[in-house]
Amino acid sequence: MYSYLLPEFTVVRREDRCIRCRVCERQCAEGVHHWDKGLDRMFSAEEKCVGCQRCVVFCPTGALYVRPHPSEYRPNYNWTRERFQDLKRQAETGGVILTGSGNDKPFRVYWDHLVLNASQVTNPSIDPLREPMELRTFLGRKPDTLELEVEDDRVSIKSEVHPNVVIETPIAFSAMSYGAISYQAFKSLAMAAKEFGTLFNTGEGGLPRDMRAEYGPHAIVQCASGRFGVDPEYLNCAAAVEIKIGQGAKPGIGGHLPGEKVSNSIARTRMIPEGTDALSPAPQHDIYSIEDLSMLIYALKEATNYEKPVSVKIAAVHNVAAIASGIVRAGADIVAIDGLRGGTGAAPKIIRDNVGIPIELALAAVDRRLREEGIRHKCSILVAGGFRCSADVLKAIALGADAVYIGSAALVAMGCTLCQKCYTGRCAWGICTQDPYLSKRINPEIASQRLVNLLRGWSHEIKEMLGGMGINAIESVRGNRDHLRGVGLEDWELEVLGVKGAGE
Amino acid sequence: MIFQKIDSERRQPNKESQACGLFGVMNTSGERFGGEMAITAIKNMKVRGNGLGGGFAVYGLYPEYRDYYALHVMFQNRNRETKHKVDEFLNEHFRVIHDEEIPTDERVPLFSPPLCWRYFVAPRKRPEEEGVPDDEFVVARVMHINCHIEDAYVFSSGKDMGVFKGVGFPEEIAEYFMLDKLYRGYIWTVHSRFPTNTPGWWGGAHPFNILDWTVVHNGEISSYGTNKRFLEMFGYYCTLYTDTEVMAYAVDLLMRRQGLPIEVVAKIFAPPMWDLIAHMDGEERRLYTVLRMVYAPLLINGPFTVIVAHHNEMFGLTDRIRLRPITAAARGDFVFLSSEEAAIRAVSPKVDLAWTPSGGEPVVVRLHTRDHLKSLARSI
Repeated sequence: MYSYLLPEFTVVRREDRCIRCRVCERQCAEGVHHWDKGLDRMFSAEEKCVGCQRCVVFCPTGALYVRPHPSEYRPNYNWTRERFQDLKRQAETGGVILTGSGNDKPFRVYWDHLVLNASQVTNPSIDPLREPMELRTFLGRKPDTLELEVEDDRVSIKSEVHPNVVIETPIAFSAMSYGAISYQAFKSLAMAAKEFGTLFNTGEGGLPRDMRAEYGPHAIVQCASGRFGVDPEYLNCAAAVEIKIGQGAKPGIGGHLPGEKVSNSIARTRMIPEGTDALSPAPQHDIYSIEDLSMLIYALKEATNYEKPVSVKIAAVHNVAAIASGIVRAGADIVAIDGLRGGTGAAPKIIRDNVGIPIELALAAVDRRLREEGIRHKCSILVAGGFRCSADVLKAIALGADAVYIGSAALVAMGCTLCQKCYTGRCAWGICTQDPYLSKRINPEIASQRLVNLLRGWSHEIKEMLGGMGINAIESVRGNRDHLRGVGLEDWELEVLGVKGAGE
Repeated sequence: MIFQKIDSERRQPNKESQACGLFGVMNTSGERFGGEMAITAIKNMKVRGNGLGGGFAVYGLYPEYRDYYALHVMFQNRNRETKHKVDEFLNEHFRVIHDEEIPTDERVPLFSPPLCWRYFVAPRKRPEEEGVPDDEFVVARVMHINCHIEDAYVFSSGKDMGVFKGVGFPEEIAEYFMLDKLYRGYIWTVHSRFPTNTPGWWGGAHPFNILDWTVVHNGEISSYGTNKRFLEMFGYYCTLYTDTEVMAYAVDLLMRRQGLPIEVVAKIFAPPMWDLIAHMDGEERRLYTVLRMVYAPLLINGPFTVIVAHHNEMFGLTDRIRLRPITAAARGDFVFLSSEEAAIRAVSPKVDLAWTPSGGEPVVVRLHTRDHLKSLARSI
């Protein structure tokens, strides 16, 4: 069938600069560029271009520009170019339109409508270059009170303390499975988490055995609906265990790793036959209710001798506050919430763009509900879903989060340009692919350094902002909404966020 | 003025910010003495206040009624109708042993003084309340009056102690209540206030009190929002929107309800840095790590100095990086805590010892002990 689709991008090649080195041809995973030997000229099949900018970055003479394609349908407020293209694509395939990365629709980004506070006169700001500034964060359940024994000058702790995981900055890497991303990308995340003293999340693809001893202590291992890669050693080598109920990009939807991506190594890690589809069901079929969840939580605690905090990850949906409260009461030590803008390796576009609520509102609602019920300290709140910079992180903590998961931001640090074609398995940046020719483009030594630099840069910025507020420990801004003000928000939004308007 | 829990986080008033002068003196052998030292000392730190609030807490105040809760109640606008309501309420829930107007010197010109009355009471519990401890019973009734009876405010509710406070310089308040002439105690703490707004309300002055606990505080707590929300989970609703209130409730939760000693509470309010904890030995490191982990929401961040007192004990503490000053001194059985050393020297030019405790190091003054000297070794 002849395709009626307009190309998404146009490739502009400045012939005066092009030296026919054919770097673009080798770098492109989509086969856009090709060299005509007879004419000694580069040609572009721009209808294949996904706009990943790999060729542009690697062109040694700066001869390439890749831009949105200039051809346009007749402008129509209702029938946008995206609607046209989706309709035509569906008419040609009869399928569900897939996509990758997070929701790109113009839902209000609340972070951009919240501003932070700083000290002036009545208390001093603190210079983080001269004074200690502490970001260390504990994830896990805290007791109501500590029982202490005081003998003369010696104080000892009598009560048993719940297991907690320590991270040196309130930022961890989101769940991205080996299989969804390449081994190299997966390992880069693990190495960076280890070096910086934070956590990466295995997603539902297991943890390769050869990584367990070294990177297990820095891993949150997932137990998801497909139960891929779950064995006692997997659970016990980790820092924490996470039950994945849902994902912000596709609430209520399962996962599907096509058989062609299931290489020998992935098959061994996931404990499934090589080349078979890895299907994660939409629900966990042993969890149809909150009491079922509680049983799995305690099964995992039993399996890990009550030495690991257990997290439950849910997508931010309408009733998220009540669900989170149930999760805490069911025994979870961490509640992870993934918002409307959370990323994915593959999801139906219609789901990604239309299901769920923004993480800012979900977080504010959950934190408030847990406080009202007097159980906020019984769990840590981890939030995910489109965190772009350190200010987003600090604002989330001020709204009540203990720490933040970053996924897309970490991938961007490794090269990703959010072209949203993760589901094709042809990531030219070597991240979301199992093609060895592409995946070897990531050198974990270098990529992990980029990730560490990202964490370091953000941590420095958080310290600067904290110091400005006159605060020298991150725990003193946690849930401290007094340090936030809203700008350009409706009354109901301020009410849900529990934040005053600027000047109020 | 009426205080209520405001459900909308968005609608809550902004907290007041303020700077202040503090002074405390205790006789460790328990001998009672007059208010001259406290008054002279705070007068010496006049620039630390701006005449918009001053107050005193005195322990060992009412030995003749030592077994009864002494309620000091102020009636805004000298409202007799409100007093009638309070009388009814008190008679319903307490046996009122004795009550009288708190004597004042009306010649002292002060801003709109309320009617101040004191009641000596014992709980009168209904059969179903028999299991409720006296202290909890009293706290609930005090909260009720403060939250539900307009124009009435209980500003002191301990046994054998009392708070006197109002709008004015502390020495004016002392003169108004004739503290130097009428009262003696073994602990005196005093507060001079410099608010950055002017509510002109007598209840807003310090010390802040619940039962026999009093807090005088100087500082601006940057962690207020975090501390407040944590305390709400334990039933403390901050209705005054002051830092001091947060401090007082945190002390009440940790010391009275959870029974932690002040030495531990100090390390919760002003914990050592992680870098320092890393250098401690195993057992100690674990203690400090767990304290920080569990009580992170009660870390009091930002500049503060606080003097907390209750029977038999007074302690001073400054924040973890010592952004507000405190000085301690001892002479014989007297121990002084002050925002400034000059104030101590003003009342006792000669002292045996004077020292500046470092940030997060409490100076704990206890009856019949020399515990306050423990902080000496770690002073600056």
